[in-house]
Amino acid sequence: MSDSWRQPRRVLMAALGALTVFYLLAPTLVIVPMSFTEARILSFPPEGFSFQWYQRMWTDRQWSTGIVNSLQVAVLTALLATVLGTLASLGISRGRFPGRSFVNGLTLSPLIVPVVVIAIGMFGLFVQWRIAGSLVGLVLAHTALALPFVIVNVSTSLQTMDRNLELAAANLGADPRRSFFHITLPIILPGVLAGAIFSFITSWDEVVVAIFMTSARFRTLPVEMWEQVRQAVDPTVAAVSTTLLVVTTALLLLLVVVRRQAPAQ
Amino acid sequence: MTAPEPTTAATGSAAPATNGADHPALALRDLRKTFGSAVAVDGVDLDVRRGEFLTLLGPSGSGKTTTLRMVAGFMAPTAGSIEIDGSDMTRVPPYRRDVGMVFQNYALFPHMTAADNVAFPLRMRRRPSAEIKKRVADALELVKLGGYGDRYPRQLSGGQQQRVALARAVVFEPRLLLMDEPLGALDRKLRESLQLEIIRVSRELGATVLYVTHDQEEALVMSDRIAIFSAGRIEQLGSGEDLYDRPASLFVADFIGESNILRGRYEADGGDGDWVTHDDARWRVGRDAAARAELSSGTPAALVVRPERIRIVDGGGAGDGLNVVEATVDEVLYLGPDTKYHLALGWGQRVAVREPRESSGRELQRGDQVRLAWSVDDGLLVADPGGA
Repeated sequence: MSDSWRQPRRVLMAALGALTVFYLLAPTLVIVPMSFTEARILSFPPEGFSFQWYQRMWTDRQWSTGIVNSLQVAVLTALLATVLGTLASLGISRGRFPGRSFVNGLTLSPLIVPVVVIAIGMFGLFVQWRIAGSLVGLVLAHTALALPFVIVNVSTSLQTMDRNLELAAANLGADPRRSFFHITLPIILPGVLAGAIFSFITSWDEVVVAIFMTSARFRTLPVEMWEQVRQAVDPTVAAVSTTLLVVTTALLLLLVVVRRQAPAQ
Repeated sequence: MTAPEPTTAATGSAAPATNGADHPALALRDLRKTFGSAVAVDGVDLDVRRGEFLTLLGPSGSGKTTTLRMVAGFMAPTAGSIEIDGSDMTRVPPYRRDVGMVFQNYALFPHMTAADNVAFPLRMRRRPSAEIKKRVADALELVKLGGYGDRYPRQLSGGQQQRVALARAVVFEPRLLLMDEPLGALDRKLRESLQLEIIRVSRELGATVLYVTHDQEEALVMSDRIAIFSAGRIEQLGSGEDLYDRPASLFVADFIGESNILRGRYEADGGDGDWVTHDDARWRVGRDAAARAELSSGTPAALVVRPERIRIVDGGGAGDGLNVVEATVDEVLYLGPDTKYHLALGWGQRVAVREPRESSGRELQRGDQVRLAWSVDDGLLVADPGGA
């Protein structure tokens, strides 16, 4: 009896869900077929099938240096943000000092402050320091944006970790440094890796701060796309977009795997 | 179970070592720990002899675990000192104390095998790998887990995990073995077999053990001596027999074993003997008990009588050296070999009596009027700080 009214309700729910998913994914997925077009301009539906725009992406100097620059910035950002964020998490969750929750809030502020505000602020400062428009400047800026993701992930791992394990390590003769490398780090590693992946992604597709922090001589991939789209609507942009999308998706899948690896307590 | 010397002093401070080589394995001197305005440990003095199994027993919040954690070095004392093997350890970090510890939740490293867990303290001490291999194998053998070295903690049962934790805590031959309610997370059957296991291992190694529990049976079974904790202090220190037969306070009498506590007033009467009185009732107090309690006449006191020391008698007057009271049977409980009676005395005082089943030979029922008797020497006299 109850099924008779549940059945249509279920169908409705499924339809609504499917519509929502379509709405979310369509703009992203429409770009993928467009990247394989034979036509010389960006259009939908695509005409024919070719890899020429992918070829173009690799051979064109502007595009290929954009890819290399983006990879460099993202890798360095991930490294820096992961090391700093892990240390900050340790301090915040294990340390005892006044203003601890204030510091915690401060480290998470890049999540809340509008990105363009951060970008303008940093631009002003970095011009003075003469690192605007350089690799160093952009890595520092992206690190600030990525830090909260590392801190959130690592702090969660630290909180779920049994504190007695660190006490046991100390009891058995491990000084704080060896206790960290032998016990704490291996146990929180899934959180640290998740933080690193989030940092990489944050930097990899970041465009607002990057527009301020790059120059004609040093451009990342998203900035190059932004510049190109304003001049000519060349299907290479679709190929680049698809590449960005594939890398990000692959990393998110990796994240799922990493999270599964978390030691069962 | 038997201690070389009975210690009944309330603070339990033993005499200082006579010469340099004869230090106690652990000496606590006026140890204190406060958290803000809350006093967790309030002046603990304690000597643990080499090779001794000493248990800190008390209700939760009595300061026993805090004391253990200060000995391990996980917490700094607010005041007082900790000496291990004669050297001051009060400010030494835990990783330089050379003390083994077993935690209630095992605290095995989840990312390491059982063998790697046991090897950890030896690796931290940079022992050669051949020696590590041999000592790890020996330690696992000692706790009867030879062949389990390759398993991860999650592949072991609770009891097996605790054995690995024990092997890990003793493999580096620490000067002191600390155990914080190590059997608290295990079921009763397993707890009893592991109690015997822990005693066997610690005897085989000649280890000095400081053990924390709130389970008095466990303390009685395992310990050479027991320190009863209450409100951050050691209420009494002694062997299990000392504590059971000669409790120094009402708290200890109530905490260790089951007790009938008859509250009243102590009346010393030179000629006639000593008494505890309650309104019209009065009970005679043995000479030894009176001497031990050191009470002055007229102070609030309690007479403590164990349930197995009271007999149900069939009429007859008060024999010499017996206290006799009238009582009404309230409940009869059959406990296998024993029968336990709950009875009420005239003024609402409740009394428990425990008798071997075959000795009774009678069928008592709720409401029956009986007479209870106990030997004067079986009554223990303690001060009653809560009494009027």
